[in-house]
Amino acid sequence: MSIAQSLLAIVLEEAQRHQVSRVTKVAVKVGAWANVVPSSLTFSFDLIKEGTLASEAVLEIEQMPAQGACHACGAKIDMAQPVFACPECGSKDIELTSGQELYVDHIEAE
Amino acid sequence: MADINVGRNILEANERLAAEHRQRFAAAGVKVLNLISSPGAGKTSLLEQTLSRLAGRLRCAVIEGDIQTDEDARRVAACGVRAVQIETQGACHLDGAMLSQALQPLDLNALDLLIIENVGNLVCPVDFDLGEDMKVAVLSVTEGDDKPSKYPALFREAGVLLVNKIDLLPYVDCDLERIHRTCRALNPQQVAFDVSCKSGEGLSAWVDWLESWVKG
Repeated sequence: MSIAQSLLAIVLEEAQRHQVSRVTKVAVKVGAWANVVPSSLTFSFDLIKEGTLASEAVLEIEQMPAQGACHACGAKIDMAQPVFACPECGSKDIELTSGQELYVDHIEAE
Repeated sequence: MADINVGRNILEANERLAAEHRQRFAAAGVKVLNLISSPGAGKTSLLEQTLSRLAGRLRCAVIEGDIQTDEDARRVAACGVRAVQIETQGACHLDGAMLSQALQPLDLNALDLLIIENVGNLVCPVDFDLGEDMKVAVLSVTEGDDKPSKYPALFREAGVLLVNKIDLLPYVDCDLERIHRTCRALNPQQVAFDVSCKSGEGLSAWVDWLESWVKG
């Protein structure tokens, strides 16, 4: 719920700054490892958007896959499940490169 | 119709506050820990044991996060340590705004160590940076050895892992080595201690380490 509140605050701030009267769509990107459940975020957002410029806004959530990279051999690694070693070379020197995103990409408004 | 590019982090308000707090902590020379575990892992018992051993060695204070009641703050205060209670009224984690309030009565310059006990929860507290120097994960053996792989975010970010209630190992199916193997893989730099607040085992190693970390 507090994530939905922060999201709505950003949307309303942007709407005011661009002097629009109605927000129709809010597009957010959520990484697979961001600890955010899209259906819960939508549920919370829909509850609190009532009575605001965003009351008719549709929340569009794009889920970003969790990816990593191996520092030893440079391989790109699918981190959808926790991975502890590089599947290519076995090195443990691996890093999560994407999957923790949680941001408002764009909004559509009138 | 207008298409407005935003590109803003949803947690930016919290992260701004975290950066402010981090600066205040550094300026006051106080080290700050964010203590995270599931409910009942023994965070408050660990605090009681840790703080009583640190008496006369470090100047400590505690911020207690709970959904309701000030029971934990009273337990900590009984150890002779200043404790400020945050009642989140339903929120499952602490955030920067709650912390700002709780910091008001504290004189950070008079402290060496501030421990923030987060709300019992292995998920949401990890997303809300409080400006701490380090996260400490507490896991009790009764919760099962699968927790680090089920909740990897906390165990990857924690600088210290405390495995609590090891006096109960003979009675539970918990593979201690599996916990450590998973956590080492998630975060090879992590420091780990096996402890029991009941028997006292392992606590002086943890407290000695903590004291030198704070002074270091």
